[in-house]
Amino acid sequence: MVESRLTRVLLQLGTGLTLAFIYLPLLVIGLYAFNRNVTQKWPIEQYSLKWFSVAWENEAVRDALKLSVLAALGATAIALVLGTLASLAVARYSFFGREVITFAVILPIALPGIVTGLALQATIVDILGPLGFSFGLSTIIVGHATFCVVVVYNNVIARQRRLLGSLEEASADLGADTWQTFRYVTFPQLRTALLAGGLLSFALSFDEVVVTIFTSGSEETLPIWIFATLSRPAQLPIVNVVALFVIVASVIPVYFAQRLAGGAGLRRRPAPLLQARP
Amino acid sequence: MRAGGGGRLSAFLFRRPRLRLWLLLGLPLAWLVVVYLGSLVVLLFAAFWDTDSFTGQVIHTFTLENFQEIGETPVYRDVASRTIQMAAMVTVADVVLAFPIAYYMARVASPRTRNLLVIAVLMPLWANYLVKAYSWRTILSEGGIVNWTLDPLGLGFDGFSTAGLWLTFTYLWLPFMILPIYAGLERIPDSLLEASADLGGRSLATFRKVILPLAFPAVVAGSIFTFCLTLGDYIAPGLITSEQFVGTVIYNIRGQALPTAAAFAFVPIVVVIAYLLVARRLRAFESL
Repeated sequence: MVESRLTRVLLQLGTGLTLAFIYLPLLVIGLYAFNRNVTQKWPIEQYSLKWFSVAWENEAVRDALKLSVLAALGATAIALVLGTLASLAVARYSFFGREVITFAVILPIALPGIVTGLALQATIVDILGPLGFSFGLSTIIVGHATFCVVVVYNNVIARQRRLLGSLEEASADLGADTWQTFRYVTFPQLRTALLAGGLLSFALSFDEVVVTIFTSGSEETLPIWIFATLSRPAQLPIVNVVALFVIVASVIPVYFAQRLAGGAGLRRRPAPLLQARP
Repeated sequence: MRAGGGGRLSAFLFRRPRLRLWLLLGLPLAWLVVVYLGSLVVLLFAAFWDTDSFTGQVIHTFTLENFQEIGETPVYRDVASRTIQMAAMVTVADVVLAFPIAYYMARVASPRTRNLLVIAVLMPLWANYLVKAYSWRTILSEGGIVNWTLDPLGLGFDGFSTAGLWLTFTYLWLPFMILPIYAGLERIPDSLLEASADLGGRSLATFRKVILPLAFPAVVAGSIFTFCLTLGDYIAPGLITSEQFVGTVIYNIRGQALPTAAAFAFVPIVVVIAYLLVARRLRAFESL
């Protein structure tokens, strides 16, 4: 169907408006980070870089940043191992309960975050508590890894669907053992998908707040620090700076994941939500 | 060929595909079952525990009182129905906003523009959700942009209201709706639209009778996100309005009454599962 001229203009208009809607709040936060005043009033009267140095020197912000990075690294490492293993199993074998695995991997992000959070909290308090475990970095990592697995899994399994099984057969025919085939044939083909999955998983963990509130106890990741500080009006200028930083810090890995997972010219199907790219 | 221990091990494994499968599957399966499903089971049990009405301590004895309390207290029912209505309204608003841009991306834009637009929609999706909700609080506040714009017209808008929350939710989940609809529209073969035109179908008729029915599963796929994410959210309602929703109630009472909170958590669980089942019927999963 060839759209009429009027339809095209209307569609362009709609697209423009929706894009403006999508970017307005991000722009607003970006501008407020440079607001000299403590009160959050529009329009901004004076711009300054003052709050950037204040934020950088804030001890709580630094600690929170450190914890966030550690948690994201830990969760990503676990998710890479578990997600890759699960995707190798599902992609190569047909077995009883395969669909269940697919479902179980997706469940942690399909159910509302508050359910996952509450469930983990109840477990930490009732089961792990008596065993001597308590809230902290390890419980944050466990919570994050559980829903980061799906991101790695989705990226790696999508890549495997495009791979040619014949390459691995050729490798075996030429005398390579299972490990050599994986090391020299399979892994190089999965490498960028793994990197993309890892970057997305890092971004997901770095931003997470809904579940983290339940699993962090008194520890503060960067998003938790933001959440706790929102109720203190005098600190809002620092929150604005941190908010801008957090947006930039999560968008950069996503941008690279996009480029990595693509592979020039291969793209036909549009990107599903949890994959960097098909 | 190398004939070390590694070679022998891999030869051993080569003959045993079942064992290889379990070596791959064991760890992730154990993690999901023990950590995740295990926690859900703990939550399930918690919903049947008793609370000492005097001290507020959780007593580990079986009772159905928590569910009874939720079924019989009007407040809980009001909160549940308000939340479901909100989720439905957010979904409708997102469909309306998402369709034009998705259509433009899929069928009008050049491949280059299309790629740029996909990235333009995808990047904000991954920007911190708490920050986006906070940004809306700033925008909707008394001295914020919305009221600054309306002020010269002699109008005002109470942003910290149900309407303000509706706007915020619509914003937060919009990319989740755009991408599946775009994917669904892109999959429609051009030949179908040409056939419709050849048979005398005008643009509007083609849109209604060919495009909409074919894009419907994709719309349902997007709605899984907009609907389910609204249902359990407690951060955005807490930031924007004092009105209570399912998420905020669970969050607020979990300290004093974990069993009641756990029982109330069954409302979003049941609704989400029901929604997923209907969505699967409507073939939405293939568009996910």
